[in-house]
Amino acid sequence: MLTLDHVLVQWGDWKLRADFRIERGARVAVLGPSGAGKSTLLAAIAGFQPLAAGRVLWDGADITPLPPASRPVSILFQDNNLFPHLTAAQNVGLGLRPDLRLDKAQHIAVEEALDRVGLEGLAARKPGQLSGGQAARVALARALLRRKPLMLLDEPFGALGPALRVEMLALVAEIVRETGATLLTVSHEPADAKALADGVILVADGAAHPPVPTSEIFADPPEALRDYLGQPG
Amino acid sequence: MARSLGPLSRADVTGAAALALVLALVLGTLVAVTLRAEAAAGLGPADWAAIRFTLVQATLSAALSVALAVPVARALARRRFPGRSVLITLLGAPFILPVIVAVLGLIAVFGRAGIFSTALGWLGLEPISIYGFHGVVIAHVFFNLPLATRLILQGWLAMPAERFRLAASLGFAPADIARTLERPMLRQVLPGAFLVIFLLCLTSFAVALTLGGGPGATTIELAIYQAFRFDFDLGKAALLALVQVGVAGAAAIIALRVSLPEGSGAGLDRAVTRWDAATPLLRIQDAALIGLAALFLILPLAMIARDGLPTLLHLPASVGWAALRSLAVALASAALTLALALPIAALAQHRRSKLAEGIGTLTIAASPLVIGTGLFILLFPFVDPSRLALPVTALVNAVMALPFALRALMPALSQVEADFGQLADGLGMTGWARLRHLWLPRLRRPLGFATGLAAALSMGDLGVVAMFAAPDEGTLPLTLYRLMAAYRMDLAAGAALVLLALSLALFWIFDRGGRLDADA
Repeated sequence: MLTLDHVLVQWGDWKLRADFRIERGARVAVLGPSGAGKSTLLAAIAGFQPLAAGRVLWDGADITPLPPASRPVSILFQDNNLFPHLTAAQNVGLGLRPDLRLDKAQHIAVEEALDRVGLEGLAARKPGQLSGGQAARVALARALLRRKPLMLLDEPFGALGPALRVEMLALVAEIVRETGATLLTVSHEPADAKALADGVILVADGAAHPPVPTSEIFADPPEALRDYLGQPG
Repeated sequence: MARSLGPLSRADVTGAAALALVLALVLGTLVAVTLRAEAAAGLGPADWAAIRFTLVQATLSAALSVALAVPVARALARRRFPGRSVLITLLGAPFILPVIVAVLGLIAVFGRAGIFSTALGWLGLEPISIYGFHGVVIAHVFFNLPLATRLILQGWLAMPAERFRLAASLGFAPADIARTLERPMLRQVLPGAFLVIFLLCLTSFAVALTLGGGPGATTIELAIYQAFRFDFDLGKAALLALVQVGVAGAAAIIALRVSLPEGSGAGLDRAVTRWDAATPLLRIQDAALIGLAALFLILPLAMIARDGLPTLLHLPASVGWAALRSLAVALASAALTLALALPIAALAQHRRSKLAEGIGTLTIAASPLVIGTGLFILLFPFVDPSRLALPVTALVNAVMALPFALRALMPALSQVEADFGQLADGLGMTGWARLRHLWLPRLRRPLGFATGLAAALSMGDLGVVAMFAAPDEGTLPLTLYRLMAAYRMDLAAGAALVLLALSLALFWIFDRGGRLDADA
């Protein structure tokens, strides 16, 4: 279970508060207007954003003092998820050993992960030689291999076309089912949230609100979500 | 701020160690010098003359370089012609040109038997001599006119093109443009350009050694060398070293108040469209200015090639050995520069400090001869310093190249960390893994450039090695200097050609190596 205990992030006047829990294995979409703090929320959980106050806990253990790599988290950013000078296999292998000294079993595991996301035979390619969708699959293969209990997606498929994005989200759903990971995904598309998530965190007006079941929130959207969606009140 | 105030990482410790070594070399040697200087009897008339000469020649060299560079930069800014980008690249070349090679080329042009004097003879005029005060100034202008031109050209190209369009629509004549647009820009750019060149000329040694000397043309650096080499008066050398540090330090403090220009040279490849400058007279004037500047740069080097080629096959074996020693020193120095620059850059990046700029200012004002004097004082009681001549030269050269390496590495490293720092943090890539799989591959270009620069600078350096080295154990620049001092000008030209080729080749190979199949 992920717990945000009276978390406060602050940059001058700008503030974001979060105080809620997410059950293990939940799939939660993070919605809200631009600049409200969706990415900041994920960065705070992943350890990239220092907290002004509060704690982040995983299964009751305080992970606030831990550096990003020691947290039970895999995160995919909007861009720069792959190192352009390393091959697809090396980029995936980094998920097992940051110094890339892989043994035989680990090399096999990397290949299997690439096969699993549909990239057979592309292990030696560098990101520049891959399409946007293929590059996203490499990043997913690494997340699959790391098997961290928390998977955070900060709109990594934002640059892909609609059909490809749906395909990627389906792959994410499969991976999450296989690994049993808890998923938090930032999205601009209410449709994505409806398709993938069983809960929604609304980030607006300086706060990340506790998750609400997807069906409920879209049946009776609160005012901030209505403003964001542009639906008549 | 868990990241910036976190516990000291291993990279931080390495960076701090590199920093400590640099500070020990620059400031520690100064302490050694200060302690020793107490024994000196004070400054004599010759020393005061050296101080006066140093200041006067630096002022005049900087003023002339900047004043001549203004019309040349203006001509380059408003003209497009084939070879323009080659010429602008060439303006960067004097930086990696061995000083002694350029001096030899200048002697071939402006010396008593040079082509300039020959031309004067046809006109029935007396030949000129390049030795002495004006020779030192000519050599300094040769090195710094291109630098000043690049710095001022940057100022011109930084002016928005729309302003010139507006000026054209209002019917401005060149004089109106000069008053409303160009002079305000120059007022901002010129003080910085002047100060950079003034600082460079203050610590000039090789030029004064070869073209100066005597009571009328001795710089403080040269006086240190002479006190050391001829009189073996360590107290006097130390006292002069303190004077040098005081003068350069005062100038550096002034320089800190004026923002020094960045000589990046990026984006100089375009010309400004100037509707006002299309008159035939101005075209001819600009063509003449560009032609003269190019001639001033190219002619001395062409003379080296002309005089050097025929003797290339008759060079004594000692030149070959000196070349090999120089190569070893240059490669070791380049490796040392990187070994110092990378950890310091990492430390500055990680702690977000202004350290790199501080080091840059410190070492641009530091004098290799002062560091050399200090090292000599420290080493003398324990070993024969001449046995350490080459390692000491490599080390001092590395420290001198450090600010340029940092200037190339720091922005690139910041960019790499901005793009991939979080990804690497998330994957736990620290220490060696980060260096090996993120920094080295992503920094290939600036690393190649910095290595090439450090190697070329060390290859051509004639400074500390002249203080330390025994006659037959010197580097190629020192051998070349001795050939010149013995008036073996033909052999000197051959050795100069070898030195020039090696310096340029070192820079080209490393810089090129950094660009080859670098991933986008």
